[in-house]
Amino acid sequence: MNFSVPDLVFYAVALVTLATAVYAVTSRNIVRAVFSLLGTFFGMALLYGLLAADFVAVIQVLVYVGGILVLLLFAVMLTGNIETAQHSNRSAGLWLGALTGLSLLALLLPLAIKAPWQQSGVGEYAQTTASIGTALLSNALLPFEVISIVLLGIVIGAVVIARHRRVEDTEAGK
Amino acid sequence: MIQVGLEHFLVIGTLLFALGVVCVITRRNAVAILIGIELILNASGVNLIAFSHYNDRAVEGSVFVLFVIVLAAAEAAVALALILAIKRRLRTIDVDRISSLRG
Repeated sequence: MNFSVPDLVFYAVALVTLATAVYAVTSRNIVRAVFSLLGTFFGMALLYGLLAADFVAVIQVLVYVGGILVLLLFAVMLTGNIETAQHSNRSAGLWLGALTGLSLLALLLPLAIKAPWQQSGVGEYAQTTASIGTALLSNALLPFEVISIVLLGIVIGAVVIARHRRVEDTEAGK
Repeated sequence: MIQVGLEHFLVIGTLLFALGVVCVITRRNAVAILIGIELILNASGVNLIAFSHYNDRAVEGSVFVLFVIVLAAAEAAVALALILAIKRRLRTIDVDRISSLRG
């Protein structure tokens, strides 16, 4: 068994990604779980980089680490009792969860390893940004436009849902 | 070149997906359930990128993952708004205690 450097990088990144994901799932402290997710998202970005998807790796860091993780932290800080953060992440149904997880793994892992997936080689390395831009404005133009409308709706909807209504508005204002 | 094959990345995707499902099932904090959903979406992303990479670096995988990331961000924003509204109205985000609609 002789490992090349990319192999070792892959195994190290995979270990970090899975270990932080396990901690995020099992931690009883919700703040620690969210911060542990930082390692998972960075690990995913490195995996994308190993798969030569450079643009997606950068977007993963920008959106997940810079956006979604901060949103999760806001949610934790605005809703949790930080003083009692030790047990802020109650869990229940552990047996059901373990049973479901193990049966999922028993079902999917042999499929992932043994199935004859279509593979036609990795081809030449090339930067993906230009081809992604071309695809977004040609083949994927309709989903690109639809998702911009979805984002507009999301922004308006999130503001409406989270808006602080006064009591007289909801009781007498209707 | 990297010697690890498609199956290695599929195994990582499978493990992340199972972890996310377990998180959604066992956690009772709404934010933690959101974490599980993000793990599931990330698992789908690594599968898509791996398949496209081992099929002549098709660009469609990257495009799909970009859409998944955008929808994940949108879902996180709406979920945060919902969690804040629920917290303000019911004083808890424990999903077992949110039972106002129970007859």
